[in-house]
Amino acid sequence: MSSSMLFNVTMVTYMVSTCIFFAFLASRSKAVGVAGSYAALFGFLVQTAAIGMRWKESYDQGHGHAPLSNLFESVVFFSWTIVLIFLLIDFKYKYRAIGFFVMPFALFGMAWAQLSLDSNIEPLVPALQSNWLTYHVITCFLGYAAFAVACGISIMYLIREQMEQGGGNAQAGGLLSMFPSIKILDDLNYKSIMIGFPLLSLGIITGAAWANYAWGTYWSWDPKETWSLIVWFVYAAFLHARITRGWVGRRAAILSIVGFAATIFCYLGVNLFLSGLHSYGK
Amino acid sequence: MTTTNKRGFAQEVWDFFCSLKLSIFLLIGLALVSIIGTVIQQGPQREYLATLSETKIRLYSALGFFDMYHSWWFILLLYLLTLNLICCSIKRLPRVWKVVSEPVLVMDDNFEKSLTNVKDLKLKGSKEELKERMASFLRAEFAAPVITEQNGEYHLFAQKSPWCRLGVYVVHLSIIIIFIGALIGSFFGYKAYTNIPEGSSVGQVQTQSGKMINLGFDVRCEKFSVAFYDTGTPKEFKSVLTVLENGQPVAGYQNIPIVVNDPLTYKGITFYQSSYGQSDEGVLYHLTVRDRKGGAPLKLNARQGERLALPGGAFLSVMEATMDVRPFMRGFDGPGAQVEFTPAGANPQPFVILSDKYESFNAQHGGDLLITFDGMDQKFFTGLQVAKDPGVWVVWLGCFLMVVGICMAFFMSHKRVWARVTGSGVTLGGSASKNPAGFELCFDDLVEKLNKA
Repeated sequence: MSSSMLFNVTMVTYMVSTCIFFAFLASRSKAVGVAGSYAALFGFLVQTAAIGMRWKESYDQGHGHAPLSNLFESVVFFSWTIVLIFLLIDFKYKYRAIGFFVMPFALFGMAWAQLSLDSNIEPLVPALQSNWLTYHVITCFLGYAAFAVACGISIMYLIREQMEQGGGNAQAGGLLSMFPSIKILDDLNYKSIMIGFPLLSLGIITGAAWANYAWGTYWSWDPKETWSLIVWFVYAAFLHARITRGWVGRRAAILSIVGFAATIFCYLGVNLFLSGLHSYGK
Repeated sequence: MTTTNKRGFAQEVWDFFCSLKLSIFLLIGLALVSIIGTVIQQGPQREYLATLSETKIRLYSALGFFDMYHSWWFILLLYLLTLNLICCSIKRLPRVWKVVSEPVLVMDDNFEKSLTNVKDLKLKGSKEELKERMASFLRAEFAAPVITEQNGEYHLFAQKSPWCRLGVYVVHLSIIIIFIGALIGSFFGYKAYTNIPEGSSVGQVQTQSGKMINLGFDVRCEKFSVAFYDTGTPKEFKSVLTVLENGQPVAGYQNIPIVVNDPLTYKGITFYQSSYGQSDEGVLYHLTVRDRKGGAPLKLNARQGERLALPGGAFLSVMEATMDVRPFMRGFDGPGAQVEFTPAGANPQPFVILSDKYESFNAQHGGDLLITFDGMDQKFFTGLQVAKDPGVWVVWLGCFLMVVGICMAFFMSHKRVWARVTGSGVTLGGSASKNPAGFELCFDDLVEKLNKA
């Protein structure tokens, strides 16, 4: 058995979980929703084992580093953190409908990694040979994942709001009946960002600390750094919007979606379209 | 009339800087304009400028887009944000401070109505007994209470983590501290760069703006090495450095290896492994000179362009050399050197010498001497980033405060419980600054415990 096989099992499980969550919206059966969550949990456990195994494989090959060093490994880890944050919120609040809007992010990550990214285990280039790598990557990606969950919830918010305004008796609209109410969605959006924002801040700080340690400057306006700051600005604006009249609800949901778009650009766009100090993430 | 106008204007300015809308506008504005500098190359290279039209270059430089993050308008936006958060904090802090420092000790009827969590409990016992029981109950289950007597009733008040309400202001303060740290760094620190050939030392470094800075000591590069993985990707870049004061090595700073991610710091100045290359300076050529009539061979070492005195009054200098002559001379391999040989009292003669494998080739020149080239020690230079930043600890202090402040603001809640003790029983009220659902559970739990006890 290899980590690659387990990653395939993970991908299939996440697909199954997404389908079950869709069936849940269609059938409105509580048991189906629970099954969706358990499928996600099973996939998460398999993925955890797979990441652990890949770590061990890197030691067997004599490289010996945490599986956080290239695009394949980061996409897999991103997908893992999304499911982690989703499961935490799912087990705490039990709004299963969210699964249908969040699991696709994790599924997309796994599918992309497995189908088109180079999964070879490579030794670490000198720039990455530091313990800071682990702290920096883990905090950043947990933050990104919380923003992914917030984005999924915000999309639900906009859909629900649209239907309620348009249809009037949207409750009869089938799928919608399993959505949490607008107020709860707004609150969950805020709660997810409350998880994400401190982690992103820590991610930026550990990145700055590492840059200062390795290059002698904690901030050099490298595109990656700048984009992480842009993301930070957007969510800081979101947090201030929460306490400003007229900026709750719809505008907050839009800000949350814009924030996640900026997050994805920070993570992938910068590496793929711009050049800079983070080029090893290609 | 004028004074009211003036006050009105000042009030308007104050309100403008206190407004949360300004904060949101500035944060989103900063996010948007920051994109520019990630799309347009900062400190642009010649190749990049060649891809832009004349008009674009003029426009971009006029707007400061080539060094956007230090342009006057970007800095202005940062100052506005700082001013905004200072004003917001000044406006709101006193109110919050009052809640923290002067808590409402007495729950009167009006105040009771404003609370979402209220419970009337019928309990047996005298007022005095109930007061004592409530006090010990709150101390055990929640927090130590303050007791006030008013209108023949006892009021108990207890609270948990009131200071977490200050979290937001700690975050605001932390941002100001980080800015101060950055300013200290830009005024009293520098970022510089230097190349040191192996075996050489430098006492000056050049900053990004081209200024030369005296270190006040010398740094010598003893050795540079680069290691590769089997796949050909680099594994390690390593320089061995020695710090010299007045030409003498400093104890504890001799032969210190530095690699990427492991720099050397001396007197607040830090040296980072940044790049490397092959050095022309400090190359050492190895030659052997032998008299054709016999005698022991003489081993010689020469530096680039150095005039070596040979036996018999001739001179020799090595102009250039290579460890492999194949690309330059067909049918030959091994090391080779272009030399200039000056016999005693004659004109210089340029020619090529090879290794001892090609004795007859080497015998074509050199008069009485047979000269062979044995090879050379190619030297590297190490490229070091040199930084001094006395503001960095202020920045870390700010970062630490930011994390603490965010945790206070996001994950902690100011929980308050009031109890009014009358002859007929106890009225319990409670409120929390965050997570009302969570506090409701906590409050219900208190009520249940009180009923049981």
